[in-house]
Amino acid sequence: MISRRDFLQTSMAAAALYGGSGFGNWGRLAAQQSLTQRKLLEFDTFGNVSLIHVTDIHAQLKPIFFREPEINIGVGANRGQVPHVTGADFRKLYGIDDGSASAYALSHNDFSALAKGYGRVGGLDRVATVVNHIRSERPDALLLDGGDTWHGSYTCHHTAGQDMVNVMNTLRPDAMTFHWEFTLGSERVNEIVENLPFAALGQNIFDSEWDEPTEMFPPYKFFETGGVKVAVIGQAFPYMPIANPGWMFPEYSFGIRDENMQAMVDEVRAQGAELVVCLSHNGFDVDKQMAGIVTGIDVILSGHTHDALPEPVLVGKTIIVASGSNGKFVSRVDLDVRNGQMMGFRHKLIPIFSDVITPDAEVQKVIDAQRAPFETQLNEVIGRTADDQTLYRRGNFNGTWDDLICNALIEEREADIALSPGVRWGPSILPGQDITREDIWNVTSMSYGEAYKTEMTGEFLHVVLEDVADNLFNPDPYYQQGGDMVRVGGLGYRIDINKPQGQRITDMTLLKTGDRIDPSQDL
Amino acid sequence: MDFTRRNILALGSGAFAVATFAGLPAFASKTDDAIAAFTGGADVSDGGVVMTAPEIAENGNTVPVAVSAPGAVSIMVLATGNPTPAVATFNFGPLAGARSGSTRIRLAKTQDVIAIAKMEDGTFRRAGATVKVTIGGCGG
Repeated sequence: MISRRDFLQTSMAAAALYGGSGFGNWGRLAAQQSLTQRKLLEFDTFGNVSLIHVTDIHAQLKPIFFREPEINIGVGANRGQVPHVTGADFRKLYGIDDGSASAYALSHNDFSALAKGYGRVGGLDRVATVVNHIRSERPDALLLDGGDTWHGSYTCHHTAGQDMVNVMNTLRPDAMTFHWEFTLGSERVNEIVENLPFAALGQNIFDSEWDEPTEMFPPYKFFETGGVKVAVIGQAFPYMPIANPGWMFPEYSFGIRDENMQAMVDEVRAQGAELVVCLSHNGFDVDKQMAGIVTGIDVILSGHTHDALPEPVLVGKTIIVASGSNGKFVSRVDLDVRNGQMMGFRHKLIPIFSDVITPDAEVQKVIDAQRAPFETQLNEVIGRTADDQTLYRRGNFNGTWDDLICNALIEEREADIALSPGVRWGPSILPGQDITREDIWNVTSMSYGEAYKTEMTGEFLHVVLEDVADNLFNPDPYYQQGGDMVRVGGLGYRIDINKPQGQRITDMTLLKTGDRIDPSQDL
Repeated sequence: MDFTRRNILALGSGAFAVATFAGLPAFASKTDDAIAAFTGGADVSDGGVVMTAPEIAENGNTVPVAVSAPGAVSIMVLATGNPTPAVATFNFGPLAGARSGSTRIRLAKTQDVIAIAKMEDGTFRRAGATVKVTIGGCGG
């Protein structure tokens, strides 16, 4: 049904633009001359249905820098499989030249040098331009938002998500699903969703008291587009009350609930759905596993784990599309649906190079209006990176942003060891760049987090590390929660990710003294 | 300052389980005993029973579990890692329309929850699911 050739046609926008330059032979001018908006958006419209996928924007209204991970290890059956391929291996896999625009967008090497050439990425006014362009070619294209939208910035926090709601509404999405949104508290989420001009979907969002579906979050919605009856089924983040504090949304229960997903697929098929799309916040490996268990889903638009893949991954007859994070990418998927069957597709992961794509003037105005009341705070300079220092977060074990945060905690709180959550959101800062208050909020903004000092025994600390490690490295994806290892400062440890829970972490060392940490030791 | 549950939640980095996994073998024999008492030592084969349970419990104190086995006269549910594994036994009369039951159970720690069904023909079937009990995690 879907051939390798189709896949190659789908290859990433910028992949072919910049051949054979090699590292060091480019400059800002050369880089940008070779990139044009026309080429980034070039797409041979195909079939009769278009899907536009954005996900995990984390409230990034403005263009940012975002370094992709160097360390992203797959376990079990996913060992060495995308998205667990990084750097040179990733470029080789997809035929991306070193130093090219695609290399900059999709891999970590030479990040700060390439960033100076290719500039910032994202910005919802640029995303709007891309969405509008696709709609000019296919007026009834469906815009689907995978969630983690109303979280992650200074303005989003201080307006309880209203800035993002206002801006996203100008993009006119057709449906959305959720994760961090719930950390606004269920009262606020309900308030927004009641007035949302598009569908808020989640087949796995249940009433926690009765363990039954909610009226607020229906499982699916039907759309008529290109003469095709399309069902979009929502799948919210399954581990909401486990990975984030459940007391903030006590009325709701989540879970993967793949048996209910199958029931919903069967239900929409029985109602005449010719194309079944799952808008998912499961995370990539969970989506892959679910695609092998649930039959009848044509397309999974995958979010949560922040992976950007230039080609969809095929599981049985289901294609899985991963569209990155922080507004850095938009995926366009054109589908040919005939006689109730997906006959073929064409796909493009469009990197949002902010210097190349013209911002949409109307959306830019709305963005500026959200930020205007906070401009002074947003622009306040707190620090500056050294000339050889890049601040980034992504990676299974550590990132320089988290090193900075942990070191700050140790110094300011006079602690021996610091722990900080291993989340995957948060833009990067280049060498010699001012660090503003906005930048700090971009990597720390949470409605419930607090910085505090406490005592732990060595044994308890070990249990903590083991527990987080199992959330990341359990060989069964259904037991993974999609974050990274808790970030540590002042502490060294050895990890064998292939061991079972309780045996992965050894040699815990207090870095200040170089001494091994005893289980009974108070820290 | 002591490390209280409230502090743990406030940290937000999550992933704190105080469960240890050393106790399993001791409880396993209780489970075996309960199964032996239910089956009278007969063979138990897989399949024919569907168990629905969350992969990771949202709250270990109240975990929804559902079992269903068409043609069963009785279904026993066991939490193998609890100090007392027996959870419930559902009995069905010949006129019972659906041979299924659901309840909420407390799980002391990560463990297998299993269901043994006695079928109308006197054979025994089983299904099981691992339910992970954890207090935290790091949402991506």
